[in-house]
Amino acid sequence: MKILVPIKRVPDYQAKIRVKADGSGIETEGIKWIVNPFDEIAVEEALRLKEAGKATEVIVATIGPSEAATQLRYTMAMGADRGVIVQHDGYVDSDLASKILAALFKREDFGLIIMGKQAIDSDAGQTPQLLATRLGLPQACFASKLLLEPPYAIVTREVDGGLEIIKVGLPCIVSADLRLNEPRYAPLPGIMKAKKKPLEELTLAALGLEAFSRVLIKKMSTPAVRQGGKKVESVEALITALQHEAKVL
Amino acid sequence: MSSGLVVLQNLDGKLLKASLVALSAARALQSAWGVSELHAICLGPAAAKAAEEALQYGFGKVLWSEDASLEKYRAVAFAAHVVEAAKQTASDLIISAATSIGKDMMPRVAATIDAAQASEILAVNSDGTLKRPLFAGNVLADVELQTLKRCITVRGTAFPPAEKTSATGTLIPLGSVTFVDAQAGEVVSYELSASDRPELGDASVVVSGGRALASSENFQKYIFPLADAFGAAVGASRAAVDSGYAPNDWQVGQTGKVVAPQLYVAVGISGAIQHLAGMKDSKFIVAINKDSEAPIFEVADYGLVGDLFALVPQLTEAVKKAKAG
Repeated sequence: MKILVPIKRVPDYQAKIRVKADGSGIETEGIKWIVNPFDEIAVEEALRLKEAGKATEVIVATIGPSEAATQLRYTMAMGADRGVIVQHDGYVDSDLASKILAALFKREDFGLIIMGKQAIDSDAGQTPQLLATRLGLPQACFASKLLLEPPYAIVTREVDGGLEIIKVGLPCIVSADLRLNEPRYAPLPGIMKAKKKPLEELTLAALGLEAFSRVLIKKMSTPAVRQGGKKVESVEALITALQHEAKVL
Repeated sequence: MSSGLVVLQNLDGKLLKASLVALSAARALQSAWGVSELHAICLGPAAAKAAEEALQYGFGKVLWSEDASLEKYRAVAFAAHVVEAAKQTASDLIISAATSIGKDMMPRVAATIDAAQASEILAVNSDGTLKRPLFAGNVLADVELQTLKRCITVRGTAFPPAEKTSATGTLIPLGSVTFVDAQAGEVVSYELSASDRPELGDASVVVSGGRALASSENFQKYIFPLADAFGAAVGASRAAVDSGYAPNDWQVGQTGKVVAPQLYVAVGISGAIQHLAGMKDSKFIVAINKDSEAPIFEVADYGLVGDLFALVPQLTEAVKKAKAG
């Protein structure tokens, strides 16, 4: 079975994100780019399935500027077999991403898609579901455990009240949540090997698609910084403050 | 713009607070976007009872279905019913709370009707754009949906829950809806946390524990009594959940639950960005941590530096006394 793992290049979440003075976007100068952490978890899950003999090939794909090939190579260094980059310099919303990924899915005979549940920059959490609907496939979102028992996938999902275990037919879209696994670091030999693995470059036009996004970001801003920092010396002082200052007790 | 449809979730027939928050957002959009009328859809077990309650909120039509296919939540089944309800009410705008069901299901609705979706909105701006969080809430974006049909999910802390208005509206059973059952799959089982404590999303006080608690026994020994003294819900940091000290549905954070209670007490939590994303809109924040440099103190209104194993029992007693006296 071939597994498709879409990944997204995002700014490092440890870094301080600065909004441009005119609110037109974020400052990208000097930003460290990483693989979206949830997508890394998805790659790891696919690799484990391959190592367990449940999959034959792991193909990673990304949409972005040519520099995004770096993130693709990183996942190939983790162990993915080959990569596809759909080159696009502009903004890609969840909608457009789902259309591009649907086109990629249709090019080959994939048995499963595993991808992160959300990207840590946009936090929209839509692409897996949009993709599943466009392909007419089942979805299993917010997965913390995945068992493949062809023709089914048994997925444990993290939901508001706890855990929900569902059984869906393959192929399906699984969106990875935090606790699905802990991804491996790409080992140095992997990084060397990755340079030799195939990396296909495509354009939107080659997929018969046009670039347009339907969620328009008109302006970005920074929220008001919460003023904190006051310390109290004792439990008694805290109680007094909660009673008389905050009036929550 | 035509009508708006609000997806109302229920627990045992009682409308969820998060759905009433979504209704507040819908009302704000009604004026901002000139939406003619609001309708509602209730699905699943006890939908009829929930629909009766919904009648008190001034909807035009309240559609409902307790169809067998909806007995347990499944994205494909619920989405198909929401799409049908939108069609029957001529609604081009569909709004849901950003609960795990809303997050799971709404993009399926959006793709089915070719709508663009704005996820987890925080506000409706005066110019009609929607405010939503990026980068774990460290950046705010004003967005515009460029499609005729639009889907929106609303963060559960973003608006006050809607008040009852007139008891008008018509109850309309939805009728059967076709969808591909194979696509919907089946629910095998649940592992849900049972608790007498308030729900995390609803509680006015939350007491959260971090990895410093070091065990689930310590959560029971230290966090639970403090929460009970406050009448609070219990939360946890991601680190605590990952370590197995707390179940996943207690996680507060960027990808866990976002809460905004009157009082948030962070015990042994360092204050990683992703955790702050889930609680920084709390009215008041108390932090207890032995590391005076912990980032949590930067957002805390009242920081107490010290050993939580000594301080928390003291605080528990003091809260009990303060509430009794």
